[in-house]
Amino acid sequence: MTNSAFLSLDNVTKRYQNQDVLREFDLTINDGEFFTILGPSGCGKTTILRLIAGFEKPDEGQVVLDGQDIAHLSAEHRPTNTVFQSYALFPHMTVFDNVAFGLKMSGVKKSEIKQRVEDALAVVQLHGFEQRLPHQLSGGQKQRVAIARAIVNRPKVLLLDESLSALDHKLRQKMQNELKRIQRQLNITFIYVTHDQEEALTMSDRVLVINNGQPQQVGTPREIYESPVNLFVARFIGESNVFKARITERLEDFQYMAEIHGIEWKIFADHKFDIDDMVHVILRPEDLRVMYIEDAPQESGFLGQVIERNYTGKTLDSVIKLDNGHTLVASEFFNEDDPDFDYKINQKVWVNWVHGWEHVIKADELKK
Amino acid sequence: MKIFKPLFILSVFVYLYLPMLVLITNSFNQSKYGHKWAGFSWKWYEKLWNNTGLMDAFVNSLTIAVLTAFIATLLGTLMALAIHRYKFRLKSTTSSMLFILMMSPDIVLAITFLIIFIALGIQLGFWSLLIAHITFCLPFVVITVYAQLKGFDNNILEAAQDLGASEGKIFRVIILPMILPAVLSGWLLSFTLSLDDVIISSFVTGPGFEILPIRVFSMVKVGVSPEVNALATILLVISLSAIAVISLLIKRKQ
Amino acid sequence: MNRYSSPLNFRRLVITLTLTWLGLFVLLPHLMVILTSVLTPDAEHLVIWPITFDNYLKVFEPIYAGVFWNSLLMSGITTLVCLLIGYPFAYLLANMSPTMRVVLLFLMVVPFWTNSLIRIYAIKMILGKKGIVNSFLMFTGVIDSPVQLIYTDFAVIIGLVYILLPFMVLPLIASFAKLDRSLIEVGKDLGASPFYRFIYILLPLTAPGIIAGCLIVFLPAMGMFYVADILGGAKSLLLGNVIKNQFLVVRDWPFGSAFSVFLILLMAGLLIIYNKANNYIQHKGGLDDENL
Repeated sequence: MTNSAFLSLDNVTKRYQNQDVLREFDLTINDGEFFTILGPSGCGKTTILRLIAGFEKPDEGQVVLDGQDIAHLSAEHRPTNTVFQSYALFPHMTVFDNVAFGLKMSGVKKSEIKQRVEDALAVVQLHGFEQRLPHQLSGGQKQRVAIARAIVNRPKVLLLDESLSALDHKLRQKMQNELKRIQRQLNITFIYVTHDQEEALTMSDRVLVINNGQPQQVGTPREIYESPVNLFVARFIGESNVFKARITERLEDFQYMAEIHGIEWKIFADHKFDIDDMVHVILRPEDLRVMYIEDAPQESGFLGQVIERNYTGKTLDSVIKLDNGHTLVASEFFNEDDPDFDYKINQKVWVNWVHGWEHVIKADELKK
Repeated sequence: MKIFKPLFILSVFVYLYLPMLVLITNSFNQSKYGHKWAGFSWKWYEKLWNNTGLMDAFVNSLTIAVLTAFIATLLGTLMALAIHRYKFRLKSTTSSMLFILMMSPDIVLAITFLIIFIALGIQLGFWSLLIAHITFCLPFVVITVYAQLKGFDNNILEAAQDLGASEGKIFRVIILPMILPAVLSGWLLSFTLSLDDVIISSFVTGPGFEILPIRVFSMVKVGVSPEVNALATILLVISLSAIAVISLLIKRKQ
Repeated sequence: MNRYSSPLNFRRLVITLTLTWLGLFVLLPHLMVILTSVLTPDAEHLVIWPITFDNYLKVFEPIYAGVFWNSLLMSGITTLVCLLIGYPFAYLLANMSPTMRVVLLFLMVVPFWTNSLIRIYAIKMILGKKGIVNSFLMFTGVIDSPVQLIYTDFAVIIGLVYILLPFMVLPLIASFAKLDRSLIEVGKDLGASPFYRFIYILLPLTAPGIIAGCLIVFLPAMGMFYVADILGGAKSLLLGNVIKNQFLVVRDWPFGSAFSVFLILLMAGLLIIYNKANNYIQHKGGLDDENL
């Protein structure tokens, strides 16, 4: 795997009916990586995919693949293939003919077609299904055929448009692992589009979070989850508790005192802040420590009461209403010593967090 | 290339509308021969009014079309209902018969009607025309209404039954309001098909009851008088008004 | 299954009415046509008993076989022309906004409000020696003297296409509307040129619409005697002209029926092909629901 830019969108603008879906958009994807574009519906992520596939042409800017500007090449001439959300298998063709279609179109010899189709079907573990028609397949099998039909052409980039969203939860998890395996096996660049953040975190080498046609953050799943650059990313990826805070004192580099809801806390931040700067302190539900009032240590903490509790099997999730009116979400793993641990509704609790686990962003960054 | 698409669509419509245009223009043409424009005139409308034979045929055609539309819509709606709602013996035969009725070329239907009317001793004329027209309109009404029936939730009907509504009441209070748009388009379709028909009418018409296409057909050989142009124009106006009324009704329902 | 509290048994009334009407005016008459086709013609009673297959043999006599062949040819050409115009037309319409599509479809139906015989008569005026077409061609200098358009096979085909084109377009639009757009995109994505996308994807997937359209154009075209009567020459006879002549003029009903039975058999054959194609394409339903 090289880390050079393999595919890039440079300064791309795309309009529909005089509305900019993407404006001066830049994106760089490396060779051989599993790259996910994540965002809410209507954010422009599918447009990006269609621009790369060639179903849409940019109004301005370049699409560069492997050093060549392909912006004005139509889809049939691009070395990319797409796995559609609806699978879009040809209903009148057998599995074999579906998978062989691209090879036939590029004039590959018959004997070679047979071998390559077999290989592709082996990769997706559908050996022996050659003569079935699409309507004789289950959802997961159709999905595999769609993938085989795309990878058999040995594309430079494989594009997947919400490809797993039509499957049920369990099958989806299985296919997530499958996709990762196939990507490692073939070592080609995968670009996956989804609105499902869990899927994005599970599968990707890198993730782009996008909103309203604006890129928000690019990074590894860990960076995106643990160090969101703004409130949108923090809120879109997983659940978060966001506190507004004011810097009151600088202790040393990257260590400050800040006031949150009238209490002074020591916080760590990877930015420089001045006194009186407003910041957001972001805490994931699993970062919070919740205790019965009577067990609370002699430290500062928020007081509140449990207004909802949900048992999920692995964790106990609770919603806590603080005395200052704010609501927090906490998620605690069960402690082996105390498996019966639980809260009662209206239970008074004390809330604090593991220091150093907080993530601090500048309050005005949310406009970025 | 961009200009090609609208141009193509336009030329298809020119093809479809040129004959209509010729009819309408000539109905106001002073000249008897529609080859050139000799000035505007209402005279063919006046002549038409005084041409009892043609006017009778015209009125007869409209009468048949309107009656056909009402009866075929009623029967067809009931049939669609029966097929959708009830289980009964010969149900698949019923569907096949409707299918045959729809697919049979007019010329075949025409002789089947002629043969059965002669066999049953039904006098060729008003009744034979009416029965034949109703019958060939039926499958189109059934399809239109059935498609609508299929579209809605069966639970509604079961709920009504559960609450103690009788079959007749369920039909009047629940089903009819829901399928009304389809019923109205079925009416319109029947009216259109009846008015447009030539082939079947030619076979089952009788001397006592002449309708428009038969009358005009007999004139073609000796030369059609421009009164027919006036008649066609009036027909178009009447039908367009019917359309306007029906689409207004449908809109209000929705 | 159902409860009937109404004193008038609604259910039984509806079912009886349905079965009686269809049995009396559809099933019975069709059977009678088949029966008539094997009876002996008679001047006084129309038909008499001894069963005979002479009527069918007569169909193969050169004059009638000639008409049959001519009729097939004219219908074939009409169907082809309707398809060549109707297919791209339906494709363009299916790609329009729903409102625009409804408006254009409505405009296609409006000419029906004038009886088709009157419209055919209008076409006669257009194609005549002094009609619009000849005047236009002479005005533009394409020709010096009027050409014979009327009373030719050409005129008959113009008339048949005119009447039947809407019937071709409707099932085709239904077919295009059902088509999954992403299949065309997959074709592009997999490197198929426009020509191959048409051959391998568009054409097979719209085959049910094509066959349905051809079916409802081809067979009726053979019966349109008035088009041949008004626009055609002495030799442009259609099957409909022969049948009408046998029934209404010569009064040889068995012979006319035998001709019709051929039409019915032709229809059955075409329907079987349609069903096969439809099953193959995996589009559920068929002619009896959405396609018409």
